[in-house]
Amino acid sequence: MSKHFITVGRPEKKVDGLALVRGKPVYTPDYDAPDALVVKLLRSPHAHAQIKSIDTGLAEAIHDVVGIFTYQDVERVPYTRAGQGYPEPSPYDTYLLDRKVRYVGDVVAVVAARNEKAAREAVKNIKVEYEILDPVFDMREASNEGAPVIHDEDDCSGVFDKSRNIAAHFVMDIGDVEKTLESCDFVLRKTYHVDTQLHAALEPHNALTYFDSVGRLIVVSSTQVPFHCRRILSHILKKPIADIRVIKPRIGGGFGGKQSIIVEPYAALVTIKTGMPARIVYGREEVSMGTNIRHEMSFDVAVGATNEGKIRAISLQGISNTGAYGEHCLTTFMVAGSKTLPLYNKVDAVHFGGDIVYTNLPPAGAYRGYGAPQGLFPLDCAIDELAHEMKMDPLKFKEMNSIREGETSPIFEIMGEGREGVPQIMRSCKLQECIDLGKKSIDWDSKRGKKTRNGTKVRGVGCALAMQGSGIPKIDMGAATIKMNEDGSFNLLVGATDLGTGSDTILGQIAAEVLTVPLDKIVVYSSDTDLTPFDVGAYASSTTYVSGNAVRLAAEKVKEKVLDLAAEYLEKDRSELTLESGVIRGKDGSSVSLSELCTMHMYTFNQQQICESASYVGEESPPPFAASFAEVEVDTDTGKITLINYVSYADCGLALNPIQAMGQLEGASMQGIGWALYEDIIYAKNGRMLTNDFFTYKVPSRMDYGKLTCGLVDSYEPTGPFGAKSIGEIGIDTPIPAIANAIFDATGIRLRHAPFKSERVLFEILNMEV
Amino acid sequence: MRIAFTVNGRLHELEIEPGEYLLEVLRRIGYKSVRRSCGSASCGTCTVLLNGKPILSCSTFAASIDGQNIETVEGMADGDKLHPIQEAILEEGAAQCGYCIPGVVMTGEALLRENPDPTDENIRLALNGNLCRCTGYEPQNRAIKKAAEVRRGETDE
Repeated sequence: MSKHFITVGRPEKKVDGLALVRGKPVYTPDYDAPDALVVKLLRSPHAHAQIKSIDTGLAEAIHDVVGIFTYQDVERVPYTRAGQGYPEPSPYDTYLLDRKVRYVGDVVAVVAARNEKAAREAVKNIKVEYEILDPVFDMREASNEGAPVIHDEDDCSGVFDKSRNIAAHFVMDIGDVEKTLESCDFVLRKTYHVDTQLHAALEPHNALTYFDSVGRLIVVSSTQVPFHCRRILSHILKKPIADIRVIKPRIGGGFGGKQSIIVEPYAALVTIKTGMPARIVYGREEVSMGTNIRHEMSFDVAVGATNEGKIRAISLQGISNTGAYGEHCLTTFMVAGSKTLPLYNKVDAVHFGGDIVYTNLPPAGAYRGYGAPQGLFPLDCAIDELAHEMKMDPLKFKEMNSIREGETSPIFEIMGEGREGVPQIMRSCKLQECIDLGKKSIDWDSKRGKKTRNGTKVRGVGCALAMQGSGIPKIDMGAATIKMNEDGSFNLLVGATDLGTGSDTILGQIAAEVLTVPLDKIVVYSSDTDLTPFDVGAYASSTTYVSGNAVRLAAEKVKEKVLDLAAEYLEKDRSELTLESGVIRGKDGSSVSLSELCTMHMYTFNQQQICESASYVGEESPPPFAASFAEVEVDTDTGKITLINYVSYADCGLALNPIQAMGQLEGASMQGIGWALYEDIIYAKNGRMLTNDFFTYKVPSRMDYGKLTCGLVDSYEPTGPFGAKSIGEIGIDTPIPAIANAIFDATGIRLRHAPFKSERVLFEILNMEV
Repeated sequence: MRIAFTVNGRLHELEIEPGEYLLEVLRRIGYKSVRRSCGSASCGTCTVLLNGKPILSCSTFAASIDGQNIETVEGMADGDKLHPIQEAILEEGAAQCGYCIPGVVMTGEALLRENPDPTDENIRLALNGNLCRCTGYEPQNRAIKKAAEVRRGETDE
């Protein structure tokens, strides 16, 4: 990678870092709005019920209560909360307020009061009479004959089969899988199941809404998708897009949990109904059970291979639980196949299909990985199991059968997100380098299959390979505007949404690199629907690649413009001029600085604002790749699993900011480790989530892992901005399979249901002894 | 009721509700670095120092701090010069969304005052109550370690 860059590829400090470490008021709740009404929600205590009557009289009489709104006060508009490309591939099955409630936590009424106490008091004093309906919680029972129908309303649309609670359905075949499996020397068939997960972003979902001086609705929100938020609010509230402005300040974590439009409509409703500013901040319990969770999925997997170790057929037939509403239901399911199956591209036949069903549980939505980890668990572990049956090193087996640079897979073209994909050849794939480095770091060859014992404790190692994407090709669009100032600095305006990932910083680095100025000459402003150009938002690992390419193009246009203007001013031929370190130079030694050039064009010569915009839509979605390894210790007396070491190497193309890129890999790995070992959601018999706080829902802490070793390999993606592709999600794909495979290596126990609680291991140990 | 206490050395005298928590009171008087996440003393986000010791302001009654000294991250930098922990957090990429950072800085500072040369284990244990969902902890642990070195004068600032 003999590319030499000035600003990209360097560990520049985050452009918002200073404010963050100094505790400056930068998040939505920090915006003072002293007269904002406090918005609280009354939630359903029943998983499935029809509202017979609501009496708000007592609550309305409480001093300082300003308004209470129920389904009787709002126009019935079907929509989807999914913040994704329009028209959305998610069903329109959601109503701001409805007569029917579909999970414990579904919203029944919106209360607005002058203070917190009155709002809480009012919520308690609303009397609701429910006609309780039978619920269905188990996704495997949701489509059974006689199961209660969750979306029986006439006006929802885009649902695959309402009568059977099937929100969406997908099936794809390449070749004849069953026939091919029959002709394989080895075939493995198993069922894998992965439970849901909470995002647990530290900043709760919250929004502030108010009318500005000309009566436009201003929405300040902790959102990953400001432009989708504006469009959906316009749809629900029947307000022109021109009358809505969505601003995203710093946000305290998203991970997909803020990729749905959840809190904003309630605050906006209050502002519209009362004319007053309104603020809604979810409590931790509401964040857990009243937003989105991850899709629980189960797959029947079959893998067939030849004696020589060639994988010839893969089949994944699954079911996904979208809960009460269908945001992101089809797309997350498709990603379970589209971002896992191309990894093993040397097969003759592939099958992928299944149903995404409604249940009376909290609605699932987008979550880092977006289905890929749910698909990779069965795929990787089944391949691992097969390798053991074939007496092969599972790493060798995965290595032999996985995709490499210059290769492709037909799946890229067949499966996109909600529709067909695009054909693509791997222009950059350093999977082998990831494998080699990870293997060495974990000491694979000397540790695998050794079952090293120390008293009751036994150790083992496991591996998993993964891929992801870089945005949704031909759908995700990002745009950037760059405007020049007379001191040679530039305002970079981007719709892209920095969730803490550092995207403002790396987008600034891209502009700085093209314009040959230091990063501090780029003033980044992002995510304000009035002031920044469109961007789909922060999801699908798209920002670096899609928004980054838009910034590169905009900066190149500015550079061209600057050179044109300099040629005119210096009276030189345009082709003689070069821009370097902020100075335009001619071959004869004549020169003009960016600062001089801009000042002149603002005040004295050929006056104009130097300003350019560009948009970018990916033609491809180059996957990042990763190889991860886990070493675990299992106490055979208690079942306790200890993660000794976790190693993950990734190919994200050229890391535009290595420290930030590494942070994505480390952070996603830890989130996956949490999901694999600690994060467990438990529901009461009535469907109420019991694990809705940080005491009962165990986010991993600093003492919950041994060693975490991450690394990025040298790579360059030719279609990416300065060689970059994505890194935000891939790290969360591998912990579950790598840890499952390590537990097997240590104990001979195959855990096919994640998370891997110590109790499950102990039960298996006891079973083995019997 | 009326209470008086100092925040970062500055005296505040004000009227509070008896049941109010310190977190709300601090935010009301402008210390917006003190933020709510769990609201139940289980994530460390709202950590401030009370007479030099880390406490969780979301579950500490404001009434109980009458006459005492509070420190928040607003008081850590010396003018434009960042505190070594703040500087190390920037250098190590230890702040992603940044929501946990004030709590991490304050807990880290309390640790370094007590133990200027902490081991990795000491750091993990001291900051175990500070959840971070973004970074995977490693960059933060490195940052505290690095800040300790700077504080001891072993590394150039």
